Amino acid sequence: MSEQERILKFQIFRYNPQRKGDKPRMVTYEVTEAPGMTIFIALNDIREKQDPSLQFDFVCRAGICGSCAMVVNGRPDLACRTLTSKFEDGEIKLLPLPGFELIGDLSVNTGNFFRAMSERIESWIHDQYADEVNYDQLEERMDPDVADEIYELERCVECGACISACATKRMRDDFLGAAGFMRLARFAIDPRDKRSDEEFYDVIGDDDGVFGCMTLLGCEDYCPKDLPHQTQIAYLRKKMAMVR
Amino acid sequence: MESYIIESNKKKSRLPARLDLAQSGTGLILGLFMWVHMLLVGSIIFGKAAFNFVAKTMELAFLSDTGHGYPIAVFFAVSTIFTLFIIHALLGMRKFPINWKQHRIMRDQMQMMNHTDTNLWYIQAVTGFIMFFAGSVHLYIMLTNPASIGPYMSADRVVSGNMWPLYLILLICVELHGGIGLYRLCMKWGWFTGKDARKSREKLKKLKNRLTIFFLTLGILALLVFVVIGIKHRDKVGEKYEKLSAVVEQVDIKERV
Repeated sequence: MSEQERILKFQIFRYNPQRKGDKPRMVTYEVTEAPGMTIFIALNDIREKQDPSLQFDFVCRAGICGSCAMVVNGRPDLACRTLTSKFEDGEIKLLPLPGFELIGDLSVNTGNFFRAMSERIESWIHDQYADEVNYDQLEERMDPDVADEIYELERCVECGACISACATKRMRDDFLGAAGFMRLARFAIDPRDKRSDEEFYDVIGDDDGVFGCMTLLGCEDYCPKDLPHQTQIAYLRKKMAMVR
Repeated sequence: MESYIIESNKKKSRLPARLDLAQSGTGLILGLFMWVHMLLVGSIIFGKAAFNFVAKTMELAFLSDTGHGYPIAVFFAVSTIFTLFIIHALLGMRKFPINWKQHRIMRDQMQMMNHTDTNLWYIQAVTGFIMFFAGSVHLYIMLTNPASIGPYMSADRVVSGNMWPLYLILLICVELHGGIGLYRLCMKWGWFTGKDARKSREKLKKLKNRLTIFFLTLGILALLVFVVIGIKHRDKVGEKYEKLSAVVEQVDIKERV
């Protein structure tokens, strides 16, 4: 073992709710750190060499799919984008994202939440004249600045970190959460969505919506994609507060 | 099912929006008021005469011929603040954890993340709760004794009236709650975001911390000065402070008589 190599100590939450009699516990694994190692690589190493029953999610390994979000030393983050070299003492504690249904160990079901969220805010372009569109004509041009702005908000990978980092959402299950506001803000600035402010108010104009946000800013501080949650929620709050 | 039809066709209530605005509005007024209040109270550091001048000015003494002012002005000011205080407390209560389970989740979340702004919210909730009581006592005393603000009478209240522990608690709660609250208001409504919202947030947070330290120091110093005056004035509790010129004038009149 070279001098640079060090032994990482992983404390991992283990619990399989499907298995009768299983109890939640923390299990420690030791892994030899490799150059450029991420939490995701380390977890694979543990699963391959030490414990094949360890459950965690991943798809893309590049911070795009949002599947591998978990709580890393108290911080909701993507395992595939978190380098182990970040942790000077080599001790890493991994927990599943709170606020979501636990599948097992570090794996949670974010799908149910995001589907329900999408349906709740009607996450699609609303245009009552959509059926009368003339497909022989070019689509109306969009201002490139507006397109950029929409693109910026579209970067959400639905990892669920903002939901887990929000104490308001954790306390009040019906609260929409930052990912929902981000998605709605995306439609609110899209000129193709013809919904009026009153119609947006119908979706988020209550204490389960934008007025329930206590501005704890966990979403802003823990979003792995650095999305502008605080400014978007403030934008929606101002917009909704002015609805007559 | 009739009520279902009525409910379904009704416009969504605008009340949540109004309540949110009212909570922010009352918080903004109270927060700014508390900073001004602290500056005014802090005038005691510059001496009894300075504080007396401030107190008399607040009583609108400059409008009266005798220079005694109108304590009723203080009464109305306190009534307004008390009303805003109650409204703000009522509205703020909506955000409190409503049961042990919610409180437990909040604490777990704080423990897990150790996230500054989440922790700040909890400090605000706790200080707000304490102020329900401490603030009410102070406001009630001011409401019922509007003419009792002066270097000696205030100091007597602090020392001989045993109010110093309450004022110390209130000072800490108000400055923490108000500072955090005003910072959160900026975040909530997107004020002073500038070109880079994240940098602005850092700057605002720094400013908040500095202002809190400044007002806490000012408040503690003012309280200490009141304690010193109060201890020295223990034998003459209830005696009003008289301006030196007024005392000289009275002596002149007596001598002439």
